Amino acid sequence: MPVQVLGEVLSVKRVGAYQAMTVVAPGLPELTRPGHFLAVQVGGPESAMLLRRAFAIYDVKERGVYGGTVEFVFSVHGKGTAWLSARRPGDRVDVVGPLGKPFRLPKDPVTATLVGGGYGTAPLLPLAHALRERGCRVDFVLGAGSADRLFGQLDAKRIGQTLAVTTDDGSVGERGRVSDVLPEVLAKSRSDVVYACGPMAMLQAVSAQAAAHGAPCQVAVEESMACGIGVCMTCVLPVVGDDGLTRMVRSCVEGPVFLGDRVRWSDVGTVPPDVVGAPTGGH
Amino acid sequence: MVDMSTTLGPASFPNPVFTASGCAAAGQELAQFFDVAALGGVVTKSIMLEARSGRATPRMAETPSGMLNSIGLQGPGIDAFLDKDLPWLADRGARAVVSIAGGTVEEYAKLAQKLRGRPGLAMVEVNISCPNVEDRGQVFACDPRASSEVVAAVRAKVAADVPVFAKLSPDVTDITAIARACVDAGATGLSVINTLLGLAIDTTTMRPVLGGVTGGLSGPAIRPVAVRCVWQVRQALPDVPILGMGGIRTGLDALEFVLAGASAVSVGTTVFGDPTAPVRVLAELEHALEVRGFARFADAVGLAHRPPELRVPEDADPPGDLLPEGAP
Ligand SMILES: Cc1cc2nc3c(=O)[nH]c(=O)nc-3n(C[C@H](O)[C@H](O)[C@H](O)COP(=O)(O)O)c2cc1C
Ligand code: FES
Repeated sequence: MPVQVLGEVLSVKRVGAYQAMTVVAPGLPELTRPGHFLAVQVGGPESAMLLRRAFAIYDVKERGVYGGTVEFVFSVHGKGTAWLSARRPGDRVDVVGPLGKPFRLPKDPVTATLVGGGYGTAPLLPLAHALRERGCRVDFVLGAGSADRLFGQLDAKRIGQTLAVTTDDGSVGERGRVSDVLPEVLAKSRSDVVYACGPMAMLQAVSAQAAAHGAPCQVAVEESMACGIGVCMTCVLPVVGDDGLTRMVRSCVEGPVFLGDRVRWSDVGTVPPDVVGAPTGGH
Repeated sequence: MVDMSTTLGPASFPNPVFTASGCAAAGQELAQFFDVAALGGVVTKSIMLEARSGRATPRMAETPSGMLNSIGLQGPGIDAFLDKDLPWLADRGARAVVSIAGGTVEEYAKLAQKLRGRPGLAMVEVNISCPNVEDRGQVFACDPRASSEVVAAVRAKVAADVPVFAKLSPDVTDITAIARACVDAGATGLSVINTLLGLAIDTTTMRPVLGGVTGGLSGPAIRPVAVRCVWQVRQALPDVPILGMGGIRTGLDALEFVLAGASAVSVGTTVFGDPTAPVRVLAELEHALEVRGFARFADAVGLAHRPPELRVPEDADPPGDLLPEGAP
């Protein structure tokens, strides 16, 4: 059950190419699990931007000097995120969360590989902590366009057994994509499960490689969302259900975490003809 | 204390603030944020006979003070809706306004038939902004004859004590002509307005933003158009109740619609940015009426149409806008 709070901004920090914002949000940390996201109003009460911006939750603290806080990481790529990045400590932002279905955790102390693309690493770090608490081994593969777009590699190095890094321009780690190194990491660590968060193309590649390795894979997708709470139907993608039928499902409530082999990656952005309720001749 | 109750034809509602079709699903999700029975009514996403997948993504584009949507009426179909969603609303004590949509007059009639006698059904809203598959996809709401055929077919199936509202499109030359056709065909009242057709182009990809190319514009950007439509319909048909909507964000926005002639209002797009908006708008509207000296909500309906000489006394000029901070 999410909460809506008008929280005070504690800090906005530059982290490489990204921004990390911490907001006082009483009630929210207790409910948050790794993989949950939140939705923030932008532009103030008279804003011409009506829709919330959704971000994966990075860190929560249930009790601090300021009460519960929540931290999220974002990249400035529009007016809404520019407004957010210009907030200063003491300003207030309206936050709704936690939202969505979080990552499911294994019951046994398995070996897990966590694959993050850009700021998609943010929700994987609390996940890594949760896995370690259960006695799991965690290996990280992080990728980004360039060094400043890598997020959390220091933490990943500390928490993980191993860390592999790739960048498109080779400015740090191996030149290339996470998919260039993932199969080797999976084989070496004998990974039992894979978790991933990042751009859709990366999630598609990771899902295929995890399947080839025989490991179940959970991915957190990033679809554009108008409401984040399940009422608008804008955030859908084709996902195969337990009954074998494909439906257009809402990534904000049925997701953002899906099983990688259930998402019809090649059909994202289309309505496949075999989807439940697909248009027939007339429409 | 203002008496906030309102009547829409044969039915009365404890207050005049409703959700808008397609902006509240069937109430469950919003119930995480407030008691949906506290609203005048919950208007459900337009439901069709069969399950529908909707259109391709992207389905949404944010525009200045508004958004474009191209959802394509995704939904589970009427049978699943009657199985799960309507009973859920009835159990909560919510007043369900079921919105129906079809591709033929026959489909609308079948939907109305299936709704007959269902517990929790407070009202039927007929979404006539759908392409008529028997008329080369011409939208029903743009043609007085097609609109009246749909309304008559629905009216014939729905119990007499359940209001039937036809939801009008603003994308017509004369909205009062369609309004009149719907009322003559038996509509109890009119929902005014649906979205305006719009288009946004991505200047990076140099292609339309939406998967469906065009989409419906909603939000505060359309409010003056919506208030104008309510005004015109009220003037043409002063005795017909109106459910007004289009960009309502605050209680004062709602009051504009009421003064223009709406007996109830729907809060739509604003919910996406503020899930508790409907109950907030209700509290703000009540406060706005109170500071203006109204004892009854009903007395404010259509008041902007009064002749200029019947001015409200100068000292009744209200100071307050929104609720004072800390008010519920
Ligand atoms: C995402 C979205 C979906 C909608 N779906 C429906 C629908 O299924 N049936 C309908 O009659 N109107 C639908 N509408 C229109 C709204 O009910 C309303 O008439 C319109 O958006 C104007 O009100 P607003 O500005 O408060 O949103 C939809 C609007 C939006 C934004
Ligand atoms: S973002 Fe609105 S339903 Fe998912």
